[in-house]
Amino acid sequence: MADERPPLLAGRGLHKSFGLTPALRGADISVAAGEVLAVMGPSGSGKSTLLHCLAGILTPDRGEVVFDGQRVDRMPDKARSRLRRGEFGFVFQFGQLVPELPVLENIAFPLLLGGESRRAALAAAESWLPRLGLADVADRLPGEVSGGQGQRVAVARALVAGPRVIFADEPTGSLDSVAADQVMELLVATARSESVSVVLVTHEPRVAAYADRQVTVRDGRTMLPAVLS
Amino acid sequence: MTVSYTLLGLLNEADRHGYDLKQSYDRRFGTARPLRFGQVYRTLAQLERDGLVEVVGVEQGAGPDRKRYSITPDGVTDLERWLSEPEDPRPQLQTVLFTKVVLALLSGQPADEFLERQRQRHLAVMRDLTTARRGAALRDSMLIDYQLFHIEADLRWIDHAAGRLDTLAAEI
Repeated sequence: MADERPPLLAGRGLHKSFGLTPALRGADISVAAGEVLAVMGPSGSGKSTLLHCLAGILTPDRGEVVFDGQRVDRMPDKARSRLRRGEFGFVFQFGQLVPELPVLENIAFPLLLGGESRRAALAAAESWLPRLGLADVADRLPGEVSGGQGQRVAVARALVAGPRVIFADEPTGSLDSVAADQVMELLVATARSESVSVVLVTHEPRVAAYADRQVTVRDGRTMLPAVLS
Repeated sequence: MTVSYTLLGLLNEADRHGYDLKQSYDRRFGTARPLRFGQVYRTLAQLERDGLVEVVGVEQGAGPDRKRYSITPDGVTDLERWLSEPEDPRPQLQTVLFTKVVLALLSGQPADEFLERQRQRHLAVMRDLTTARRGAALRDSMLIDYQLFHIEADLRWIDHAAGRLDTLAAEI
């Protein structure tokens, strides 16, 4: 399915190697505003590297990353950090919550980092609790909630600063299928209601099926659209 | 349906007698269910009526006349169309998918592109089912889950097959 919407975020001709090992070998990808895009591929195909390049976490060796008309790959580090904090949200497979902070403060964390007052940050975080079914666990520590709840906390935290793109790297990778469905339902429903784009890296077809569109990465390249038509 | 196209695919590799066709079919695709002679000749007669194969020689021997069959240009076109078309997910799809992969390799068609198109077809159906499940009653939603898990199993096979194409090509 070709998308007529202009891309909000695009990577073109991306190459990235780690030492002598190439991870990306000419990947092309684009995401429209409000679109949920799944990036699929076997392990080692380069899909996580692609996500990291798009999100400005890694700089590609060659090629360009454009977000809303700006060249992310050419930005100085400071500007890139600002972009990541302000415009992007992240959900990873695990290890992303601060274990010493209760759920509510974990959700508020990006706002606190961004210099928001504590009162305003906590109030904003609180407004997300019922939407993600977390009202009962606001005061618990990450170690005291289930895997599915933890991932929903991560989704709330990714959304709290009002990003335009959420990057989710195997967000359900450590969950059973019922909890995975709950996380995906909420992630996709909330992203749609907030018109946030989602770049979802997954090797699971059932998870990818939540997306509007799927792109496959193999050997560091995205599969040609001509092949897919 | 699959048998007709499989015979076409084998004739696309080389002209053959009915007996040879049965032998190569059984060797490549029929280990569990060999083809019956009657079915071979019935299918060949139908393909000939449809103009997809033609008789290019008759050899007389001790037994009955042996007709040698060849694929026609219309047959090649029809075969290539079938090989490039992904299938809708359904139970027991493995036979037709495996047959298409083998025949694509035999015919010099890009089997990897076929598998990728098939992936896309499966994913599109999963996407529709996932959308339909949203807001569905629990009973319907659980039945959709069942379909999703089965289609996902197909997809795993498709990915696995894509990773083994080189080995398979070398073997045939």
